[in-house]
Amino acid sequence: MDTIELRGFPRPDGRKGIRNILLVAYLVDCAQHVAREIVQPFRNRGVHLIGFPGCFPNPYAEGMMKRLCTHPNVGGVLLVSLGCEGFDREELEQHIAQSGRPAYTLVIQKSGGTLRTIEAGQARVQEMLARTSGARRVPMALEELTVGTICGGSDATSGITANPAMGRAFDLLVERGAACLFEETGELIGCEEIMAARAADPDVGDALRAAVHKAARYYEVLGHGSFAPGNAEGGLTTLEEKSMGAYSKSGASQISGILRPGDLPPRGGLYLLDIVPDGEVRFGFPNINDNAEIAELMACGSHLLLFSTGRGSVVGSAISPVIKVCAHPETFRNMTEDMDVDAGRILENRATLDEVGREIFDLLLRVASGQATKSEQLLHQEFVLTYKPFRPPLFTTVPACGAKNSL
Amino acid sequence: MKDPRLLQLDPSDNVCIAIRTIDAGETLPTADGSAVAAETIPLGFKIAWRAIPSGERIRKYGAPIGSATSDIAAGEMVHLHNMKSDYLPTFTRHEGNKYGHD
Repeated sequence: MDTIELRGFPRPDGRKGIRNILLVAYLVDCAQHVAREIVQPFRNRGVHLIGFPGCFPNPYAEGMMKRLCTHPNVGGVLLVSLGCEGFDREELEQHIAQSGRPAYTLVIQKSGGTLRTIEAGQARVQEMLARTSGARRVPMALEELTVGTICGGSDATSGITANPAMGRAFDLLVERGAACLFEETGELIGCEEIMAARAADPDVGDALRAAVHKAARYYEVLGHGSFAPGNAEGGLTTLEEKSMGAYSKSGASQISGILRPGDLPPRGGLYLLDIVPDGEVRFGFPNINDNAEIAELMACGSHLLLFSTGRGSVVGSAISPVIKVCAHPETFRNMTEDMDVDAGRILENRATLDEVGREIFDLLLRVASGQATKSEQLLHQEFVLTYKPFRPPLFTTVPACGAKNSL
Repeated sequence: MKDPRLLQLDPSDNVCIAIRTIDAGETLPTADGSAVAAETIPLGFKIAWRAIPSGERIRKYGAPIGSATSDIAAGEMVHLHNMKSDYLPTFTRHEGNKYGHD
């Protein structure tokens, strides 16, 4: 399986996609219904819905939309605007067009309202599908692949089966030159010293500690950490216990640097995504749920996501395929149709951590080559984007970590 | 520890994990001998491997994950009722803890 040849869709910026999807993107929630109706007949033909709900402009959201609309898995974009919202639709369309992708905008107020905009949008999607359906794949190296990892619906099994198994898969990927991203600093509270010991150099170590301390302060102001009631019902007692389990997703490789949402990893290696804004607490929780986190991992270029769950999350994502690794053997039996990998076998002595790690790695290569994941088959295409107060210059990187491709 | 029901993740840990559900009344090994489970302990939950006095750090994965809020006997389940975070309060759906404040 190691010799599998990946084949990806070439993009003008030099990156390659493992999917060739079209996006329909609403630029305010008032346009969401129209955008959703445009997608409806094409939703099992690789046409995905994303968008930003807010009417007030926000540099973070506009930067995220630029990154997502030019993600390597995306072949073309139709923007749907109501007409009076704050989002700079001209700039976004221009950015997408400059990336060499087809980009169009429909403004509902100028297109004759709901029905006529849906009709025009569907015609546009049909035309883009005809143009992109013949796209050719070219050979793609593992060094060109970016993989993100996330855990959702965690319980006490997540940190002893699925997460360390995904860590083993990450080690195999990093060894072969892929870029691997783990998150999130709010779920690493308590692990900062252990993590800093794995830093590529002392500056990265200090940056890792500082990122976690910032997250701890942020969540303290908000009143509680990234810990849902279901986590406790699943046997996790404290945030730092959940953190230790979440941390094991990162595997054992050296940590090369820290990325902020929208930063592209400068080369292969293991990176921590710091999702907590600098400065005072504004706009509430850093990421309101798992899909908000996935959106940021995708904005950093993740072609696909490894998602571990013990309680049983069902989500997938627009844009990038999600591989579900189920930590709890009972959850797997109860929700088999939603799960790609049964890591709970480790608890029942039916597999070792290394075997499940290898299985995840092999499956990941097949998914990168086109095999649909369970959540893709079920048409899970969740997407969430909210406000954040990242200060300009947007998407800067901790200098020591050297990401060169920030927006 | 060689018991197919229990997993200790690191030799320095003072708790181990139930890797299958343990029924009330089952006899469990502990650091100092054995103990009888006082309640059902679901898969994945923590059990004191040895006696843990109130205030002592709970260790799992070889790392501190909080502190005991009461004296915990060897073989007793370790969860919200007898330990707490050293960082942030834990949020549950239950009365009094709903918004994460003690």
